Amino acid sequence: MTETSGAETDLEQLRRGTDLLKRGFAQMQKGGVIMDVVNPEQARIAEEAGAVAVMSLEAVPADIRKRGGVARMADPAEVEEIVEAVSIPVMGKARIGHTKEAQILEAVGVDMIDESEVLTPADDAYHIDKRDFTAPFVCGARNLGEALRRIHEGAAMIRTKGEAGTGDVNQAVYHQRTIKGAIRELEGMTHEEREAYAREISAPAELVHETAEMGRLPVVNFAAGGIATPADAALMMHHECDGIFVGSGIFGAENPEAMADAIVQAVNNWDDPEALAEISKNIGKGMKGDANVDLPEEEKLQGRGV
Amino acid sequence: MSVTAGVVAVQGDVAEHAAAIARAAARYEESVEVLEVREAGLVPECDVLAVPGGESTTISRLLHDEGIAAEVRDHVAAGKPVLATCAGLIVLSSDARDDRVSPLGLVDVAVERNAFGRQAESFEAPLAVSGLEEPFPAVFIRAPVIDEVGDAEVLAEWDGRAVAVRDGPVVATAFHPELTPDARLHGLAFFE
Repeated sequence: MTETSGAETDLEQLRRGTDLLKRGFAQMQKGGVIMDVVNPEQARIAEEAGAVAVMSLEAVPADIRKRGGVARMADPAEVEEIVEAVSIPVMGKARIGHTKEAQILEAVGVDMIDESEVLTPADDAYHIDKRDFTAPFVCGARNLGEALRRIHEGAAMIRTKGEAGTGDVNQAVYHQRTIKGAIRELEGMTHEEREAYAREISAPAELVHETAEMGRLPVVNFAAGGIATPADAALMMHHECDGIFVGSGIFGAENPEAMADAIVQAVNNWDDPEALAEISKNIGKGMKGDANVDLPEEEKLQGRGV
Repeated sequence: MSVTAGVVAVQGDVAEHAAAIARAAARYEESVEVLEVREAGLVPECDVLAVPGGESTTISRLLHDEGIAAEVRDHVAAGKPVLATCAGLIVLSSDARDDRVSPLGLVDVAVERNAFGRQAESFEAPLAVSGLEEPFPAVFIRAPVIDEVGDAEVLAEWDGRAVAVRDGPVVATAFHPELTPDARLHGLAFFE
């Protein structure tokens, strides 16, 4: 018991909302699949399939794309229903730069906030100052400069932007390769070359040095944007992502239960082709999707929030 | 002789445990090889085993699906050391009070998942741990508590509730020793 120990626990020394706790929460998601859900029933299906968390939103990105108009944070009452429906963490999306939506999501009790380009940006110049929050944030990035700027603002997790709602994994691959390629380049640079590189990509020099020394982003790095099949998820793990967000790919599929279950298993077995073959059999059709090459530039979401 | 340490790697903070094991081994001047366990067949090669933090529903499901669960039981039955943290504690408990988790019954305690609340209630604090001279920097993330202790020794309490126990070869904590540079708990579980 504690009496036999040389010290006593002092309850007053408790601290909340530290970087260690925010980044630690993200680290607990590693090797997992985070699924987009729009209602409690979908959230329960995701939990049952082995999702590590759910992303609660009003409509999946593919539907947001089709519908057009302004995409905003979901109704807090609906987010609350999802929070109450499952035992796994619940995340919510706020518009880029929309500090108030983020505060509302934090007040509702979401475990992580996604400052997301899938919603219509509220601020063209600034992202949310995420250091002010107790809740951890995840942000999208297409390249190392975007990733390190978001981390500097307080993001505890980075995900590729990909091209959300397309079901085309092409852009997620491109963004992950771009980030990893830049880190490999950094590793071969001298101190002053890294300083110059930091200026070139408009990133804080200390984060550039930290990334170079670690040989990876200093926070958890997930894949997102266009992942639609178990093979897509495995491909992103092959590209050294720490885990996977699946948006429209689950509930836009013919058989969401089978797809959700298969993607969870594929992430654990990403380097075993025979297991992947078994996992990919008879799970129904994936979401139809739109090939990224056919998408007009003005319909792309990934350019939002640099 | 080199120690083979397995880290159950179906989901969770695996690299952090691998790094903590390496730090603990260096402290005890042991050489160690770390294996990531994502499939059956590897646990029997391991001298010691870490079950990481993560999502207990996911880890529980994949441990059973992949056939690793039975191997972990055999490992403990053989008296080989295990360190289980947070979700690991839940998965190894005898009662998770939640039918979304199928616990292995290797630590004789009942746990309550997310007992402190959601992420906003996650906290860090120095914690007195039996067997350690100085308090341990404990990191609780959506952590469980142990609300009933059977045939197990309580190693630490937070506000009157058990948060670390030893049951035979298994040390289990509600917090995450792998998230701090302090390797004493990995040392206590594996090398003492």
